[in-house]
Parts: sequence; C-alpha cells; structure tokens
Amino acid sequence: MLLLALIVLPLFAALAAFVTPPGKAAPLIVAGAAVLHLIGSLAVRSGDATLGGWFAVDALGHLILDVVSVLFTLCSLYGVEYLRIRKERANRVFCVCLLTFLSMTTAITLAQHLAVVWVAVEGATLSTAILIYFNQNARSLEAAWKYLMIGSVGIALALLGSLFVAYAALHSASGDESLLFGALLEHAGGLSRPWLRAGFVLLLVGYGTKMGLAPMHTWKPDAYGEAPGMIGALLAGGMTNCAFLALLRVYRVMQAAGEGAFARELFLALGMLSMGVAAVFMAGQRDFKRMLAYSSVEHMGILVLGVGAGGIAVFGALLHVINNSLTKVVLFLSAGNIHRAYGSKTIDGVSGALRRVPLSGFLFLAGFLAITGSPPFGPFISEFTILVGVTTAHLFVTAALFLVFLIVIFIGMGATVLAVVQGPVSPAGGTTDFRDSFWRTAPMLAALAMVVIMGVWIPGAVYDLVLAAAKALEGAS
Amino acid sequence: MREAASAVLILAVTMNFLALGTSNLKACIRAAALQGLFVSAFPLLFTPAPSLRLLGLVIVAGTVKAFVIPGMLYRALREVHIKHEVEPYLGLVPSVLLLAVGTGATTLFASRLPLLPAHRDLLVVPVALSTLFAGFLLLTTRRKAISQVTGYLILENGIFVFAQLLHEAMPALVEVGVLLDLLVGIFVMGIVMNHIQREFGSLDTGLLSELRD
Repeated sequence: MLLLALIVLPLFAALAAFVTPPGKAAPLIVAGAAVLHLIGSLAVRSGDATLGGWFAVDALGHLILDVVSVLFTLCSLYGVEYLRIRKERANRVFCVCLLTFLSMTTAITLAQHLAVVWVAVEGATLSTAILIYFNQNARSLEAAWKYLMIGSVGIALALLGSLFVAYAALHSASGDESLLFGALLEHAGGLSRPWLRAGFVLLLVGYGTKMGLAPMHTWKPDAYGEAPGMIGALLAGGMTNCAFLALLRVYRVMQAAGEGAFARELFLALGMLSMGVAAVFMAGQRDFKRMLAYSSVEHMGILVLGVGAGGIAVFGALLHVINNSLTKVVLFLSAGNIHRAYGSKTIDGVSGALRRVPLSGFLFLAGFLAITGSPPFGPFISEFTILVGVTTAHLFVTAALFLVFLIVIFIGMGATVLAVVQGPVSPAGGTTDFRDSFWRTAPMLAALAMVVIMGVWIPGAVYDLVLAAAKALEGAS
Repeated sequence: MREAASAVLILAVTMNFLALGTSNLKACIRAAALQGLFVSAFPLLFTPAPSLRLLGLVIVAGTVKAFVIPGMLYRALREVHIKHEVEPYLGLVPSVLLLAVGTGATTLFASRLPLLPAHRDLLVVPVALSTLFAGFLLLTTRRKAISQVTGYLILENGIFVFAQLLHEAMPALVEVGVLLDLLVGIFVMGIVMNHIQREFGSLDTGLLSELRD
C-alpha cells in the first residue's frame, strides 16, 4: 500500500496543482507532497512489495529512493520562494511536471520489471523536457529540443536493449518468461549470452545518455546551463541516479550470467572517458552553470568507474551517490541565486559574489571544495574509497589517471569559481534587487550540513543502507 | 502466412529508402505512416492464431503509428507554411547509399545473434535494426524539426518490429505503456516545435546553434 502511495500521491498532488487557480498555491502543494513523500520513503522497509512483485523495495532501490526523496524535498522548499520571485512565469505546468517527475523517479526506484523501469524513465524524461523550458526563451528552447532529441534516441536504444535482454530470457530452458529482475537473476545461467551482451551495450548507451556519460553527454551543458538552478539539481542528483540504478539492475543480471567482467570493462572505459572529457571542458569554462554540467559528467564517470573496479570501490560509488547528490543541491541552487542576483551566468558579468550575496557566494565556494573532494566533506571519503578500491584491483594506470583528472578538474573548476566569488562586485550585480533570504538558502545549508556529516561521521542507518546495497551488487559475483 | 509476414517486413524496409530518398517532406511523412501500417499488420500475419489482445494491440498501434502521429505532423506542416523541401545536411543520394550499406551491415550482424527455432525463417532482426538505422539517419542528417520527429517515428517502428518476438512475454500493460510513451513523446516534441516556430519563425533546427563551448 505504502509503495503504491509513494507513486500515486505525487500524481494526485499534480492534479491538485493543475486545478488550483494560478498563483502561490501550486508551489506549496509541491512542497507539501514532497514532505509527505519523504516521510513515506523513510518508512519503507527492504522487502516490501506490491502488485505481484512489480514494485518492491530492494537494497539498491531503497538507497536511491531515499536520496531522490531528500533531494526533491530540499529543492521543492527552495522552489516555493523561487517561484514567488519569478511571478512573470506561469508556474502551474511547471509544478505539475515537477510532481510527475517525482512520481516517475519513485517508480524507477521501486520497479522490479525490466520494461516497467523503461516506461518510468521515459515518463521522467518527458516531464523534465518541459521543466528545462521554464524560461521560455530561444536558448532554453534550444536546450529543451536537444535534450528531447538526444534523450529520445537514448531512451529508444534502452528500449531495444531491454527487449534484447528479454529475448535472451526466452532462450532459458526454464520456460519461465517473466521479466521481473528476480526471475532473470534466478535463470541467469540459461540466458542467451550474445543477446544479453548486445542488450547490455544498448542499455549502457541508452541509460548512459540519461546519466550523461561521455560521449553521450552533449545535451547536458545546454540543459543544465539554461534550466533553473533547482531543475539542474533535480537532474544532476535525481534523474542521473535513477538511470544509474537502472544500469545497476541490469549489471546484476550480467554478473549472475557470468558476464560481469565484460560489463565492468565497459564501465571502466566510460568512466575514464567521462572524467577526461569533463577535465578538458571544465578548463577555461566561462559559464559557471555549464561548468556544473561538466562536473556532473565527471561524477557520473566516477560512479561507473567505482562499480567497474569492484570490491570496496562499489561501496565507495554507492556512498558517492549520496554525497554527489547533496553537494549538487548546494552548487546548483547557489549558482541559481548568483545567476538571479547578477542577471548573468558567465564570469565576464559576475564577480564578487561573496560581497553581493554573501551566503550564496559562500555556499557556492563550499560546494566547489566539497565536490572536488576536499576534506572534511563527504565526497572526499567516497572518492578516496573508490581510489582504494581501484588500487586494490591492481588498476594502477586507472588510479593514476583518476588522480590526474581530479587535480586538473580542481584547478579548472577553481579558476571559474574563484572568479565568481572573489573581487569587487561587477556592475551588473548592482542593478537587481535580489538578496539572500531564509528559504532561498536554508535548503542549501541543510544539504551542506549533511555533506559535512557524511564527511566526518557516516550515520549508522546510512552506512547500513549503503552496505546492504553494495552487498547486493557484489554478492552475486 | 509466414510468406505474407516476410513480405510486409520487406515493404517496411522499402519505406526506409523512400523516406530517406525523397526531397518532399510530405512524402517522407507518408512513407513513415505507411511503414507504421505495415509493421502494425505484421504481428497478425506472423502469429498462427491471433488472440483478442493481439488484435487490440494491432488496432491501437496501427491507429497511433499510421494515422494519429502522421496526422499531427501533417497539421504542423500545414500550419507553419514552410517549404516542403527536406533540406538535408547530408545529400539525398549519399544518405540512401549509407542506408544501403547500413542495411547490409545490420543483416550481417543479425546473423550472429542466435534466434529461437520459431523465429528462424523471419527477417525480423535485420528489418528491425535497419529501420532503426534509417530513423537515426533521418534524425541526424536533416535540418527541419518535422523530419527529425519523423525519424524518431521510424526508429520506433524498428523497435516495434523486434518487440513482436516478445509479445507473449510482455504484459499487455507494458505494451500499452510503450505506445503511450511514443504518443506523448511526439506530442511534447510537437509543442516544442510549435514554440521553435514562434520564436525563430522557422522550423530549421540549424538555427538552434547558440549553445556551444
């Protein structure tokens, strides 16, 4: 019951947001639904199931569900005031799409059926395309169109991949044609290897497009650059993690079928490529929102790299899912505030953010230090764990490149971030009346506090959640 | 019946060449619509005793692929009063040649994937993959947004052909969900196209080139 409610409640809230008169009510409905969803998500237990096992809570899904719910709640609280200052834009459709996104991402985390996962990913993609177009100008239009086109092709390949995996299952002698992940894992030995491999490659390209792994990342800088900050946070911390989860579910089937090594090699290659591409494009990036997009490409690369290395790096990667998402909230929302305060998002028009919007400027700087892996923030722990895992697996070249990329990215990102926060306030900053306010900064402060806690002492419940998920991934090999 | 099923599939592949080779946007949409009709009819011909559920799927898929979506595209074409030339980035002859090479390559690749005995004498896999490739070519080599959406439609037709091998394993709800996603997806693309037309006064996606590094 609870599981169905988690998926259906946002849809009812979306309906409510649609029928309310335009104005302040819709954003409040989003925030209210988000808080209820968070309470529900924290109450679910691993093993809960509904609808004949189509939707169930497993260790991996549980982790991502909680991350998405926390992220969405923080963003929706920020959104109430954000939408108030953006009165010139009708927000009804925006709120309906936000809630649809929440429902679809919840469905992805709970779905145990190969094809249901796909339907939910597609639903989430369509709702975010409209969210990206919030500003309704030529640039956001271009971003939304590219997102829609590249995303649709990716998602189509993922569908074909799912069908290939399903066809591999038809070969299994058991006669069980169920496409539930549990059944696929059970009969993994009988799956047709060529179909499974081809299917995995297609799924990796398809869901990899949604994650924004290089070289399928080209939509990302445009979408993150033009969408409102809170949408950037939801995409970088929510949508990408859901696509990652979809990949992990298929990866488990690959492992059970004895094809784990093939999958891990592909993960390692794409991970390295993503980090490399991010390092190249982050250097000299003048647009700080596009810079965050490349940071997201980098961290998606780190996630698949961790899974590809195996062992303790898998634990590190799953821990990094939490750390990356929370830090992205800080970065995208503060970048959004700075963008509002200056009416510009390039370092040509923005400087002195620490003086102009002190709290947002500070949070942007702290977010930069956190995401680049500086102690005492959470990402330091998770990235270090991944590095240990990579060296334990004797992948010394990979480990060396990993460190080089991290350093190059630190320098490249640092140059842009420091140009934004330091120095005298640029003239453009004096012309808007945007100020830091409680609701525009509190969600970020909460996220930053969690990132710090994750860096100094991982709470027991979180540790158990991540460990259970890591065991589910590694136990099968 | 199986000969008829194969014949329908070959007709569907022919549509790929028509859609990619024509310089007229209307003819391109018509080829995609006809292809939608062929691929929707295919499961009826290849299943010995079609169930009621299959019949329902065929009717819904045929309506969506051959009438509803092409109808939406025709309407968009009428409303924007644009020239009905496709304006490709890559010339028509090279793209048709590329499709021919791609069709050959997918046939070779398909022969490496082991089929179940029941599916062996059908051309499903090469047809599905080459149609997918044709859709991809249309999507990437054409300037006009409408051609790109038509490409997406053709790409989905290719996937639909392959999905028929799995009809029994797929729950009906999922099949409906997939079709609904296609419909809503094209609907959203239509809305965005509408805005592109309003903003730029044209459906030339070559104008969408401001965002770059």
